Amino acid sequence: MAAASRIQLVSALETLWRIRREDEVVVTTMGSAREWMTLGEPHALDFILVPSAMGHGTSIGLGLALAQPDKRVIVCSGDGSLLMNLGSLASIVAADVPNLVVIVFDNGVYEVTGQQPTAAAGAGRPGGRGADFCGIARACGFDSVHAFNDATSWANDARSVLDAKGPTFISLDVEPVVGGTAPHSPGPTPARAERFMAALRR
Amino acid sequence: MFSGDQIASLLSEVGVTHVITVPDSTIGRWEPAIERSGRIRLVRVCREGEAWQVAAGLYLGGATPLVMIQCTGLFESGDAIRNALHDWKIPVFSIVGYRSYLDQAKLPGDTCLVFTEPILDAWKIDYRLITSPSELHVIRDHFLTCRDAGKAGAALIGE
Repeated sequence: MAAASRIQLVSALETLWRIRREDEVVVTTMGSAREWMTLGEPHALDFILVPSAMGHGTSIGLGLALAQPDKRVIVCSGDGSLLMNLGSLASIVAADVPNLVVIVFDNGVYEVTGQQPTAAAGAGRPGGRGADFCGIARACGFDSVHAFNDATSWANDARSVLDAKGPTFISLDVEPVVGGTAPHSPGPTPARAERFMAALRR
Repeated sequence: MFSGDQIASLLSEVGVTHVITVPDSTIGRWEPAIERSGRIRLVRVCREGEAWQVAAGLYLGGATPLVMIQCTGLFESGDAIRNALHDWKIPVFSIVGYRSYLDQAKLPGDTCLVFTEPILDAWKIDYRLITSPSELHVIRDHFLTCRDAGKAGAALIGE
């Protein structure tokens, strides 16, 4: 029997793009930012975190969720990024932010640097057993934890999962993008920050 | 040097909405008063780099955050500071505990004394060194100056 194919990153993001509500904030970084910017005209509540600090998309999202409790904040992170800031999962639960969703696009590699395996990936680890991000999230105190390893299930269930009382943690098993490079900045950062802040005030 | 009530009152007066913190034995003792104030939300994070980025998100969302950490955490924070304060030009104000500045008996030769101020200079953070209980007003004045100028700043509290 053939192994099930993993979700294509762009397909996973297309689902999010399609179901995203007008008042939802979407934070993207690294590979997710690169692909998100190809999907269409940017939304005023997109925060393209490029350039970024190492693994801090979840922390920016936590701050946004605290400041904007009436808006759902959806953070798109990579597994490599999350590994650099795993403590943020504990911080998120401690801050009690029901409006925050963390989506981890787990491809097992540092994609933009040439697809080297992460320390959490099964490849190169004893027994080939990768770290369990959903288990880590649960252990940090997330009650709403979901994993998807096929595009159809994600497409069918994404909206209801996003709508659950959070904080919510979602792991998507995605295929690395061959030749995927670091994203280009879509423009000067201070101007983008000002436009984003203005959109949040509307 | 300062009581928690003094700090909580000062932060309330200048309009701080959130304090993002990892404690040390000086600034950690201010937490109960800050929580009691009812006007400031205390946000506990696991590592100091997180604090700057949570503050950045809060600022983008319209809040007035303040980062409260020890200088050792400042050393840990480099990439987060570079990104939030310089890439994105987000004017986060911080209170930084300066380990061993006043008490050099506990950790003789503490290298915090070697690196703290050069690190603040390297990250282009305009700071005021606070060494006496009579200097509470310096924190307030510097906070307001930085806020009005739209730039990051810090109060470095001798410990």
